[in-house]
Amino acid sequence: MEEIYSGLLRALELIAARDPQVVEITFRSFFISLSSAFLAGIICIPLGGIIELHQFWGKRALINLIQTFYSLPTVTVGLLVFLLISRSGPLGDLNLLFSPAGMIFGQAVLVSPIMIGLTITALAGVSSPIRDTARSLGATDMQIIITVIKEARVAVMAAVLLGFGRALSEVGVAMMIGGNIRGYTRVLTTAIALETSMGNLELSMALGIILISISLAINLLLNRFQGR
Amino acid sequence: MALLEISSLGKSIGKAEILQGINLKAERGEILGLIGPTGSGKTTLLRLVNLLDEPSSGSILFDGREVSGRPERELLAARRRMAMVFQKPVMFKASVEENVSYGLRMRGRVDAMGGRERIKEALAAVGLSGYESRDANTLSGGETQRIALARALILQPDLLLLDEPTANLDPGSAASIDSLLRNLAGSRTAVILATHNMQQCRKLARRVAVLQEGRLVAMGKSEEITLPW
Repeated sequence: MEEIYSGLLRALELIAARDPQVVEITFRSFFISLSSAFLAGIICIPLGGIIELHQFWGKRALINLIQTFYSLPTVTVGLLVFLLISRSGPLGDLNLLFSPAGMIFGQAVLVSPIMIGLTITALAGVSSPIRDTARSLGATDMQIIITVIKEARVAVMAAVLLGFGRALSEVGVAMMIGGNIRGYTRVLTTAIALETSMGNLELSMALGIILISISLAINLLLNRFQGR
Repeated sequence: MALLEISSLGKSIGKAEILQGINLKAERGEILGLIGPTGSGKTTLLRLVNLLDEPSSGSILFDGREVSGRPERELLAARRRMAMVFQKPVMFKASVEENVSYGLRMRGRVDAMGGRERIKEALAAVGLSGYESRDANTLSGGETQRIALARALILQPDLLLLDEPTANLDPGSAASIDSLLRNLAGSRTAVILATHNMQQCRKLARRVAVLQEGRLVAMGKSEEITLPW
């Protein structure tokens, strides 16, 4: 117990002193996860709009499949993305493996089902009279999708924040695609895993505290958006 | 040639026949009253004319062109020459100005057509001058109805479809809307006014079509029509 207590104190000291390693890993985590949430958002929000606002064969099955992928193990996504971007994979020429860009791509793939699914749920909550009004006033299909997304902006923003939270806290994709290279692809989760295995508990705990604080901040932001 | 010509129009949902064999014409500058009790199919008919729903049978000629069952691109072009005010209008989560200019913005015509001035004129026409910056979702039912009318009028449509436009208004506001509609008579706009208020029909419409249980049961000059219920 004393070891945990002294480790916690040392961890708080590292945070208070803005330890360069802690700061660097935190900023990299933020950059990679925010970028992946942004990338996923610009693809998944319109895609969710298209799925929700159109009727087509197999729509229900597609939505069920997307929802099933919410809980896809991160290592499975890591493996899939690894196969795609490894040298012999279809995207091998892009040299994304063991790079921050590869991690952004991998995390974007990981959070896509959540973002698409939650966007669909958010847009389904916008009443059909809004869609009828937009259509009646001469909006095109794409303009209707944009209008409905704007109407559901709070819920859509919550979907993006949840995607960001999932990207920030996952370890499988970051480890398998990034490779946990010091000063290059090491992020909060991979650093915690490595430092713990090396017995460097103070640094692990410092990074853990930061990760929990960020999660808490995301939750508070979500609640604020949702007016709770 | 009539601006709108509907022939043998029908709409079924499942086994329920909502509309059957509707034949109707509307000319430019005319206010055509469409009267019927609740559930008679007035709203369904207006939605079909506005090309929001597809008819199960029959045809809709708009300005001499068949528009029902056409590709979305053609439907959009026809829809952009119409405007509809719903019985329970909804406002977008935005200011009154953004709501009123919505249709113009969708056409990319706000600046080209002196948008600001037209917004002011449209709001003045419905008696809500100075409401531009108000949150459209904080308005009363009557104000919402009038904003919805301004949102339609600003488009200067060839065909204006009104579904019980004064149902939520106090008598004073209803009278001002009636006088606004009366001014449309003789213009290039054809108006179809769905209502269950025969008095309003007689005041505004030259001709009246009577709908009952999805069928057109009478059609004629408003002063000659007697309601079968």
